[in-house]
Amino acid sequence: MRALDRKMLRDLRRVWAQALAIAAVLACGILMMVGMSMTRATLGGTQAAYYERARFADVFASLTRAPASLVAGAQALDGVAQAEGRIGFQAVLDLAGQEAPASARIVSLPATGAVLNLPVLRRGRLPDPLQPDEVAINEPFGEANGLQPGTRFRAVLNGRLRELIVTGWVLSPEFVYTIAPGAMMPDDRRYGVVWMGQAAAEASMDMGGAVNEIALRLTRGADERAVIAALDRLIDPYGGTGAYGRDRQMSHAFLEGEMSQLTVMATTIPPIFLLVAAFLVNMVLGRLIKMERTQIGLLKAIGYGSAGIAWHYLKLALLIGVTGVGLGVLAGQWIGSGLIAQYQQYFRFPVYLRDPATGAMLLAGGLGLATAALGGLQAVRASVRLPPAEAMSPPAPPAFSRGWLDRAVSALRVRQTSMMILRSILRWPGRAAITLFGVMTSVALLVASYFMIDSVQIMADTLFTQSNRQQVTLVLSRAQPERAVLDALGLPGVRQAEGAFSMPVRLVHGHRERLTAVSAHVEGETLARLLDDSGQDVPLPAEGLVLPERLAAALDVAVGDSLRLEMLAAPRAVLDLPVARIIAQGMGQEAHIAAAPLFAAMGVAPQVNRIHLLADPEALPALTSAIKSVPAVAGLTDWHEVRRQFDATLQTSMVTMLTLQTIIGLMTAVGVVYNAARIQVSERSHELASLRVLGFTRGEVGFVLVGEIMLLTLLAIPLGWALGYGLAAGLVGAMSSDLISIPFVITRRTYAMAALAVFAASLGAVLLVRRRLDRVDLAMALKARE
Amino acid sequence: MDEAQTTGTVFRVSGLTRVYRTGAVEVQALRGVDLALAEGELVVLLGASGSGKSTLLNILGGLDRPSGGRVFFRQTELTRASDRALTAFRRDHVGFVFQFYNLVPSLTARENVALVTEIARHPMRPEEALERVGLGARMDHFPAELSGGEQQRVAIARAIAKRPDVLLCDEPTGALDSATGVQVLEALTAVNADLGTATVMVTHNAAIRQIAHRVVRMGDGQIKADERNETRLEPREVSW
Repeated sequence: MRALDRKMLRDLRRVWAQALAIAAVLACGILMMVGMSMTRATLGGTQAAYYERARFADVFASLTRAPASLVAGAQALDGVAQAEGRIGFQAVLDLAGQEAPASARIVSLPATGAVLNLPVLRRGRLPDPLQPDEVAINEPFGEANGLQPGTRFRAVLNGRLRELIVTGWVLSPEFVYTIAPGAMMPDDRRYGVVWMGQAAAEASMDMGGAVNEIALRLTRGADERAVIAALDRLIDPYGGTGAYGRDRQMSHAFLEGEMSQLTVMATTIPPIFLLVAAFLVNMVLGRLIKMERTQIGLLKAIGYGSAGIAWHYLKLALLIGVTGVGLGVLAGQWIGSGLIAQYQQYFRFPVYLRDPATGAMLLAGGLGLATAALGGLQAVRASVRLPPAEAMSPPAPPAFSRGWLDRAVSALRVRQTSMMILRSILRWPGRAAITLFGVMTSVALLVASYFMIDSVQIMADTLFTQSNRQQVTLVLSRAQPERAVLDALGLPGVRQAEGAFSMPVRLVHGHRERLTAVSAHVEGETLARLLDDSGQDVPLPAEGLVLPERLAAALDVAVGDSLRLEMLAAPRAVLDLPVARIIAQGMGQEAHIAAAPLFAAMGVAPQVNRIHLLADPEALPALTSAIKSVPAVAGLTDWHEVRRQFDATLQTSMVTMLTLQTIIGLMTAVGVVYNAARIQVSERSHELASLRVLGFTRGEVGFVLVGEIMLLTLLAIPLGWALGYGLAAGLVGAMSSDLISIPFVITRRTYAMAALAVFAASLGAVLLVRRRLDRVDLAMALKARE
Repeated sequence: MDEAQTTGTVFRVSGLTRVYRTGAVEVQALRGVDLALAEGELVVLLGASGSGKSTLLNILGGLDRPSGGRVFFRQTELTRASDRALTAFRRDHVGFVFQFYNLVPSLTARENVALVTEIARHPMRPEEALERVGLGARMDHFPAELSGGEQQRVAIARAIAKRPDVLLCDEPTGALDSATGVQVLEALTAVNADLGTATVMVTHNAAIRQIAHRVVRMGDGQIKADERNETRLEPREVSW
């Protein structure tokens, strides 16, 4: 080994802790890039292959009832490659050993075999078309309830209690993510998908020769919007509720939302780490070069060229880069594998096609090395330019001048040790800025991690305690006259019952339109009230619509504008309505209207299609088992159970994730603070030892070091809050779509937790360095000059 | 102990040894030093480099601990003092002046002095200390804006501002030319005369011995000679 390389390795050994801290910061950036890209690529690749193989449809539509021959009409539309019709409906299931009923989406399997949305058999066999009692169920539902092929369960189909036999477990591209309508999280125990032979479904639902769902697969290059418009015209006479593309298909929308969030994390967060790492390389190498100034002069004097010396120091930077990249790639693989394993519980694909995202990995590696090199280059450039004679003489002492800023500081009348802190910040604003930046990004990253808890809790609060004070919500199979509410009052233990009505609509404003639902509200509701984000009751205006902000923005309407409302269920009337009010409602997606004008426009007596119940807690078992046999009920939500499930999921899935995010988030603060403090100690040991000699205690001398870093930390915290707010908004934006809305709220607790964690980490890092001050030999420190 | 309590004695040192170990090498810096310094005395510790004079000064100032022997500051035994007590000793009783000034570069002359007066018990005003060393006009300059001699005089002002009981100076003129060095010596002798501060000055510059009350010559870690100056010279009469 050449002598210079040996020197480089010894230099590295001397600054190993600092080099490792930089490598760790770099590694965090690389691991985010590698881990998130790998997960994103695996999900994306798996999704694409699965959709292709299982022929996932491009366009979906529901209608009331149409002759099966309509499917041929759909097939003939321009741009349609394949069309399939089927029967689909909601049903209540009665599972052995489960008190509360489960609900399911039941879909028919065409007699000739499915051509679209092919179910992939996982266990057992598909139901025999000639056996009306045989069904296949989706695999997660089978697993969660132990419904092995051969077992039987009961279901209320069109008001008739039937016993069905499980023949097999399947997965389907339509139900990669299975979530009950209106639920917040998948609950495989209480919500499933059931496939039934076409003939059996027709018989159960009195739908002989008819279909109520159509799915289309488009030809390559077809215009989806045109096809949707054509299909809407075709199904409109049959009670079509508006055709939609994959973007509004529930499972697909969740998958896409998750993937775009991964993309955001893979692209926005790593640059922050890389930037911090570059600054740190620059800082540490700059210090090393300053200390080795005379050695550089000597090397030049004995004939080494500038390029050779520059390369010597760059190699040190690159070694840090290689370490960071290596650690980052390994950790990224590990985290990616962990994330993929976690996704396997929610996104059910037959197989996961692992994609190591080699391209992203190479890019990450290249960027990591470039980061280290760039940081190093800047530090090296100035020093190698010095003529040898000048390099060999000690550097001039730092010049403090008396500018206006300094006079302002002098006027502060603080103790001299505090003055030293302020002057040091003013004298090296660049270094202070790096510390500020590193600490700020830590706070921001933690805010962007922790706010997820806020969002989820707001969702839970809104859903569970504010608007939904009911214990059970019954979903009726079709709209009923208002007296159904009175019938519900007769169910066991029911103290209060309240009807609700909503219908699918298309809202149109100019060229903008949205498929959504409109909810009717009556005066004096108490169980499911309309509330805004501040928890205030929203009074319904006598006429016109109330829209949540997101929907109003999507339609580009303001209060007073007129909207066209097309009912997508009987009587399919078209109304022109003013926008009466726009409310702040993070999770809101639906339009609201007072019941009276809606039913007047529909020309019908008031109706209900949902009933909210408040019951005696001890009567709940009797109530839920009674509901199982009420024919008009197509599904129900037991809110207590939803809450329990919700809390349990939250506990298990979020704790590990948050721990990991906290460690990664704190890395920039620790890396920056540790290095800044080490450099301070190295540069100022002389000065700080002088203070000890003058009779300052260890604590007082430590204050000069710790005080500066902690002052910068305190300054950085509010900046970090602001940046964190922006990051969090970006993540919410990536996840949100017309179908999925995440409330964007950051609580004071989140800001406080992020600030406290970073404050503690900074303090820990600087105290670790402060101990070095105790080891300084006072007598030697006074003799030795740099 | 009884001898240490004798009135008029600032420091009493007996049987002092100091051994430095660096790796396998053992250096005997002090080999049994006995010495007593009186209140108000200006003593020059003279010796070649490596003679042990700086080691002795550092031990007297509580910056270093001996390997053997005892050191008393008035009634207090420094050799038994804790680290905390040594810090308090330096803070309350000792003024230091070093060859390389050891000023805080980020503080002005006035602020460097204030650094000490803020933690001292009965300090003089920083302005008064600076005027004593003839720097009344340069108080708001940073060290980088002052000459070497001026910086050293700031260091002296900083050392005397707390009204110390002893002033310990390690090669105070070592980095200065003759003319500037004389200014610094004048400041030191003036403080000694006006405030009666016992002063120990370490130097390898034999010319300086003429300004002292007493000259202690060191060599090989031992005291070789200890003599009084019958006729002292003024600093301006000395040159090197």
